[in-house]
Amino acid sequence: MNRQGSLGDLQRALLRRPWLARLLVIAALLLLWEAAARWWVDPIFLSPPSRVLASLDTVFETKGVPAALRITFWELAVAFAMSVAIGLAVGLAVGLSRFSNRSFMPIILLLYGTPQVTILPLFILYFGIGPASKIAFGVSHGIFPIIVTVVAGVQNIKPILMTAARSMGASRWQIFRWVIFPHMIPSFFAGMRLGMTGVLLGVLLAELYVSTAGIGHFTQMFTQNFEPTKLLGLISLLAAMAIVLNEIVRRAEVHFARWRMD
Amino acid sequence: MSARQERWDKWASRGVQVGFLLGLVLLWYFATTKWGVSHLLLPNPVKVWQELKDVLATGEFWPDLKITLSELAIAFALSSTSGITLGYLISRSPYLIRVFEPLLAGAYSVPIILFLPLFVLFFGLGPGSKIAIGTTISFFPIILNTVAGFGYVDRIYITAARSMGASDWQMFRHVLLPAALPVILTGLRIGFTVALLSILGSETIAALGGLGHRIVHLAEAMETARMFAYIAFAVAIAAMLNTITSSLERRVRRP
Repeated sequence: MNRQGSLGDLQRALLRRPWLARLLVIAALLLLWEAAARWWVDPIFLSPPSRVLASLDTVFETKGVPAALRITFWELAVAFAMSVAIGLAVGLAVGLSRFSNRSFMPIILLLYGTPQVTILPLFILYFGIGPASKIAFGVSHGIFPIIVTVVAGVQNIKPILMTAARSMGASRWQIFRWVIFPHMIPSFFAGMRLGMTGVLLGVLLAELYVSTAGIGHFTQMFTQNFEPTKLLGLISLLAAMAIVLNEIVRRAEVHFARWRMD
Repeated sequence: MSARQERWDKWASRGVQVGFLLGLVLLWYFATTKWGVSHLLLPNPVKVWQELKDVLATGEFWPDLKITLSELAIAFALSSTSGITLGYLISRSPYLIRVFEPLLAGAYSVPIILFLPLFVLFFGLGPGSKIAIGTTISFFPIILNTVAGFGYVDRIYITAARSMGASDWQMFRHVLLPAALPVILTGLRIGFTVALLSILGSETIAALGGLGHRIVHLAEAMETARMFAYIAFAVAIAAMLNTITSSLERRVRRP
């Protein structure tokens, strides 16, 4: 009787708070993983989350891992910065004129649509096996969504705003600064979010493909030595890095897109 | 703008496009013949064309193409059936949507390619690990779009159908499915594209066969011309598959 009452309480508490249920789902998945790793799966393939967490420090103590994480982070940062700078410049150049938009947009969309993974070996051939090839491959993935969204943002400005600004005698620079720029900001940040996803994919793909000192080197080493504990630890660290980077860009997008909602 | 100038503009932009592509090919040609760029880095376009013809004529691409396409088919079949089924079950309750949608969206934002080494550890270098990564990556857009499609059908339609006495099946067939289908189809198309990309990518990273593996193999053997031919072939296959899926999507969507 009493037990039923508390079960009912639990049910009601869960119904009122979906985040509690969400936490329970995550906990259940972790428990399942723990149980699977402890009793059902050969320990050379999978290790339980408790041990992965407990041995995170041994991952850090592995010679070269902190440096590898730093290198990967720098590759991501540089690739993202380059994607944003080049993407914005190309996007504005293509988007601000009707003619160049019409001429070059189909070419850009064509390039965006081709599977770049097929030319990954070419990047290694041209840029070597160091960080340069990772950065270049990351840029090749990150730049296109930024160009496309910048062009869309510039194109979607209502003509009446442009006409109004022009009829009040605004110079080209003034039109750009006070009409085009503020209208472009939300789509620019949406593009940066997509660009970050692309950069993460590109850099990590190139890292996994060939790497001498980056994290790809260590994932391969841990895989070949059958060290699932360290492998899972390293993957978790990288996933955390990716989530943090994604979240920063997403927050920025929400923040800078806000003025439109008011 | 007058109609005449409009027409002139259109031709001019076509001209710029053709000129741009032609210029690129010419640049490529002169770089290899006149300016002495090493043919190991950049093969002569004529040579690449001959290699491509040779690859197509001898049919040596078949084994690799078969591996890649069968991995893609299995991965897509697994992710679409599981994604649509689970997505439908979640979408039946607004509470479940509120619990699971943020979890799925959160998992989708992690670059899943990170788990490739793990899948290689579990399933080996063969097709198993490629199927696993393709399935995992394409599962998320499919389930998220299924939840969005079935979960956010306009209440008015549901109330109207109920009040006219629709049975559960009729409700599904004539209200829920037509409303959700376009969104689900978009999810399936995105899922198909990312499955293809991730399978090609994982074949590039670690595999025993497949188009991605062939390209890497030729790169390591420094047979750059043949590698370019295979890249062109893989890009053409991907473009063909994407065209087929988008035209299927458009056809189903138009009732």
